[in-house]
Amino acid sequence: MAGKNLFEKVWAKHKVRTLPSGQDQLFIGLHLIHEVTSPQAFGMLREKKLSVRYPGRTFATADHIIPTDDISRPLSDPLAEEMLKALEANTGEYGIQYFGPESGKQGVIHVVGPEKGLTQPGMTIACGDSHTATHGAFGAIAFGVGTSQVRDILATQTMAISKPGVRRILVNGKMPDGVTAKDLILAIIGRLGVNGGLGYAYEYAGEAIESMTMEERMTLCNMSIEGGARAGYVNPDKTTYDWLKGKPYIKDFESMVAYAEEIKSDTDAHYDDEVVFEAGELKPMVTWGINPGQVVAVDEGLPSVDSLPEDEKETALRAYEYMGFSENEKMLGKKIDVVFIGSCTNGRLTDLREAANIARGKKVADTVTALVVPGSQEVARAAEEEGLDKIFRDAGFQWRLAGCSMCLAMNADKLKGRQISASTSNRNFIGRQGSPTGRTLLLSPAMAAAAALAGEIVDIRNTGAAS
Amino acid sequence: MSIRIREFRGKGIAIRGNDIDTDRIIPARFMKCVTFEGLGAYAFNDERVDAEGKSKGHPFDNPSFAGHPVLVSNANFGCGSSREHAPQALRDWGIRALICESFAEIFAGNCSSLGMPAVTLGHDEINELQKLLEKEPDIEILINLENLTIRAKDKEWKASMTDAYRNALLDGSWDSTAVLIEAGSDIDKVAEELPYI
Repeated sequence: MAGKNLFEKVWAKHKVRTLPSGQDQLFIGLHLIHEVTSPQAFGMLREKKLSVRYPGRTFATADHIIPTDDISRPLSDPLAEEMLKALEANTGEYGIQYFGPESGKQGVIHVVGPEKGLTQPGMTIACGDSHTATHGAFGAIAFGVGTSQVRDILATQTMAISKPGVRRILVNGKMPDGVTAKDLILAIIGRLGVNGGLGYAYEYAGEAIESMTMEERMTLCNMSIEGGARAGYVNPDKTTYDWLKGKPYIKDFESMVAYAEEIKSDTDAHYDDEVVFEAGELKPMVTWGINPGQVVAVDEGLPSVDSLPEDEKETALRAYEYMGFSENEKMLGKKIDVVFIGSCTNGRLTDLREAANIARGKKVADTVTALVVPGSQEVARAAEEEGLDKIFRDAGFQWRLAGCSMCLAMNADKLKGRQISASTSNRNFIGRQGSPTGRTLLLSPAMAAAAALAGEIVDIRNTGAAS
Repeated sequence: MSIRIREFRGKGIAIRGNDIDTDRIIPARFMKCVTFEGLGAYAFNDERVDAEGKSKGHPFDNPSFAGHPVLVSNANFGCGSSREHAPQALRDWGIRALICESFAEIFAGNCSSLGMPAVTLGHDEINELQKLLEKEPDIEILINLENLTIRAKDKEWKASMTDAYRNALLDGSWDSTAVLIEAGSDIDKVAEELPYI
């Protein structure tokens, strides 16, 4: 009999029962909330006269609407202030731990969870945010959910969910210099499509994954959702344990490791599907369209619409029209107006180091506005201790306060008009970065920094800074 | 238990396009709110009006489709952000059921939580239905969840739907909180067995 994969083992430990609908009732070990998708859930609780069943398993921070220039209260945007107040009131009323902007512990929820050691192997994790998949990097199974499910988890610490299949994404070999986890996940989405993962959770495995840092694994798992998968994870190993050791919420390190070893995938585990990638063939990637699957290697031509599968043609036509690009052009040399380095995908210390390595001693092009937004206040402090803020400032980048910022532009950080942004975030949807006609190119932190200096998309492998 | 939903009957509105993401359904800047009320006014906002506030001729602003509750669109509808603001905005605008080629998973789950049937038809059938609606906007569509068929005029198609969501609508368990609470102390038993927190 074949062994079990991590997903099956963790699911079995958290399953309460099968519901009449056929879905499973799954216990959620760790629930993370933020200011945008939780206030309505608390409202629904009150309407139903319910309380929070396990307040000690929910943690909150504020990230989406936080300004990155001035967080003194009241916030200058009254709507943002109202949302922050609602989160403070709700967490206060129900006894939920809240990492607010004044605590020094605030940040993007998917950066804060791991850095506090809240995220651990073998957990089930949910958050009203699709990038909850990030936490899978630690061998947790982590789901983005809607507000009705946030309500359900607050009220019962469980949610109704159908068990997805598990597809193993096997990445053989070593990643070439200048190619990052961001390039790998963009290549995966490019090949399998934005709905290629429908019905699956992804297990990322193979030599390239095993040799990744935790930050790289988080970048990879983070964008599982952009590939249509319900979740993504990496089996825990020594890299995971070393990273988590000493974090504030790791109470008993030895038992955490013992549990992690128990739940990781058996060597003969069964998978519902498997897809193989060769890391050595990968190149730096840049998106050219209006979803993350519309992506090419930086030095390759954009696809002709005729060459695409039937179901991708319509979106490709719309993308060419919206972006103002043409078939067979390359992304190399495309002029950009704005650079955004940050987000739950690429706003961690190692991401900032990679970007700073490129920026050191250089200058941002006159035509470019470049923002560096640390993923959390802790990331900001660590970066400042290393002097990264000074490297960025000296090069002409703006060094901002922690938050989601221009990933989705719910604060004041927005594109204007048809500006093109080179962004380390996760979505290039129409209007995503705050201007209804703004354009987004997704890429890695090093590629974004290099684009800021050149004023156009460059190939990081040709800058002499790739390694 | 919530109400049992066995069928839905209503006029349709065709929104053409694959991969219509939730940022397009409700742009993030309209989510600065602590309730879902009134979101319908901003549904598809940036597809409906340009920077000067002029109409771009979106179906939501086409008087022939005004108030029609059955949205008919294409593949991977509702992809991207998990924001429940998206189905809530559609609902607030007046949408009560959706027929598409396929749905993103979180979006389909969110529709289910709101008691909104999200049913799929094949590519050719959707195209046929959209053409029909564009020609005769006032035809009535009947979504039958018991035998999973969709009827419009003299046409009848076999539809598909995620079993769990269909069952939840049929047996009235789609408003999930009450059903989940029924598990009672079984929830605590699972919690006690876990080696963390």
